[in-house]
Amino acid sequence: MTQDELRELYRELILDHARSPRHFGKLNNVSHMAEGINPLCGDKLKLYFRIGENKVIEDATFEGSGCAISVASASLLTDTVIGLTTCQAMDYFSAISELLVGTRSDAAGDKADVDLGKLKALQGVREFPARVKCATLAWHGLHSAIQQRNAPVSTE
Amino acid sequence: MNQLSNNSTCSDSTTSIAECRADFPALDQKINDHPLVYLDSAASSQQPSSVIDAVSSYQKHDHANVHRGVHTLSHRATEAYEGARDKIVSFINANSRREVVFTSGTTQAINLVAQSFCRPRMRAGDKIVITHLEHHSNIVPWQLLCEQTGAELTVAPIDEKGQVEILPLLAMLDENVRLLAIAHVSNALGSVLPVKSLISEAHSRGIPVLVDGAQAVPHLAVDVQDLDCDFYAFSGHKMFGPTGIGILYAKEALLEKMPPYQGGGDMILEVSFGGTTFNDLPYKFEAGTPNISGAVGLGAAVDYLQNIGMANVTRHEQETLNYMTSRLADLDDVRMIGTADEKASVQSFMLGDIHPHDLGTILDHQGVAIRTGHHCAMPVMDFFGIPGTARASLAIYNGKSDIDRLVQALQTARTIFG
Ligand SMILES: Cc1ncc(COP(=O)(O)O)c(C=O)c1O
Repeated sequence: MTQDELRELYRELILDHARSPRHFGKLNNVSHMAEGINPLCGDKLKLYFRIGENKVIEDATFEGSGCAISVASASLLTDTVIGLTTCQAMDYFSAISELLVGTRSDAAGDKADVDLGKLKALQGVREFPARVKCATLAWHGLHSAIQQRNAPVSTE
Repeated sequence: MNQLSNNSTCSDSTTSIAECRADFPALDQKINDHPLVYLDSAASSQQPSSVIDAVSSYQKHDHANVHRGVHTLSHRATEAYEGARDKIVSFINANSRREVVFTSGTTQAINLVAQSFCRPRMRAGDKIVITHLEHHSNIVPWQLLCEQTGAELTVAPIDEKGQVEILPLLAMLDENVRLLAIAHVSNALGSVLPVKSLISEAHSRGIPVLVDGAQAVPHLAVDVQDLDCDFYAFSGHKMFGPTGIGILYAKEALLEKMPPYQGGGDMILEVSFGGTTFNDLPYKFEAGTPNISGAVGLGAAVDYLQNIGMANVTRHEQETLNYMTSRLADLDDVRMIGTADEKASVQSFMLGDIHPHDLGTILDHQGVAIRTGHHCAMPVMDFFGIPGTARASLAIYNGKSDIDRLVQALQTARTIFG
């Protein structure tokens, strides 16, 4: 293996979101929240959402600590889902799961109904099976928050 | 089986390390196109051919159940199993084979002491003292015990270097303390604890001591009579042996008074529905068919270590550790976690603001295996205010070239993270 795969994994966009996570911190008037724990590496994230009557995600933030992949993924998640309906957000959840563990490739992403846009930066994780859980942690949190499950999600 | 273990080539600690490495087949492979550098022996060490061959030879030729048949194979299996026990007895200088109990590992050995020794004699208000640097397996069994008995777990503090603070610890050893349970060597920090003097301090107050030796036995000569510890626990898989086998050493007088930990076959003399007479030591504590091949492998691992000589092991590893520590310290922006004055085989660190888990991936990509995370010592991580560390840990098969590869891989991590 060359360093190319590492550069794919740690793309500029990922490193940027890891270093300066967007929507980081607490949120006022939270309607839905979830906690995600990845015991393997000690990632711990809390996600907060304010979801309106019309099921639109009006705002989303997260806090906690984790590796570059899990923090960047959470940052990209919040960036993405604000303004979406919960249904649309779940479509992203499925698309991301497919991108990271399924067969969906970059090219297929363009054809599908969800345009992953900058979320495609996460696809380098595919080559690192041990790290997929880091990338999906926040997304499982989103899923559980929308389902209003209160137990912390774990990627173990 | 014995002669198999005599072909170790690393008795001269400085010049023949390359040959010693060759005793370990698993080290001879490429990971992600790079020759493997294995720096995770504190989690589990690799096995030399002599151990692998001893286990395989036992399984091919000698296997049967122990202590119960008159047929030849049962006899051979019993000899192999009990022969392994004798090797342990001399390796740690136990007073007799009655004091050496096979367990599945350190964890089970500690749980055995908690449940068989402590539980019957603990009352609400009694205390167990441990330290802040313990592995979870020397914390959780005591927490369970405290829940069961209403006793209290008291934790001795550590300092910024990762050393146990001795005076506060001694001050905790009051008349309510029923046991002091301490690591010999910390798995997260590498600190070597002054166990011998702590044991004598505890004994002068009438307090028995359990030593968690999981990280000590592979690296230092351990003499349980010289230490005068009451209990000493360790695992086979951290000292070149198989998984699923470990040892509880305990003073005979204490074992005599302890009720069995588990009930079953092998631990009894006579069973009727009116009652049961328990077997002699150490069998009273070995209920059920034991891990015979594991014991055989552990015996071969002891042979391997004794052929090299523990003094040589310690000397070589100290040299490598010093080299590793100074090479790491030369990197900009490294924070060393665990800088005790006396250390063995382990260095934990942080590199800049790179999360340890990312570091682990980047190193693995270059064939360098380290452990990242909390190392089953979450209280230690809380103390240093970090989620986890990168930890490089050594065994006899590591040399300076491994450290150079580690440093080179860390430099790559640096360039990737910019
Ligand atoms: C200091 C220490 N104690 C106990 C253990 C537990 O050993 P085992 O998992 O083999 O029972 C370990 C292993 O990680 C250790 O390093």
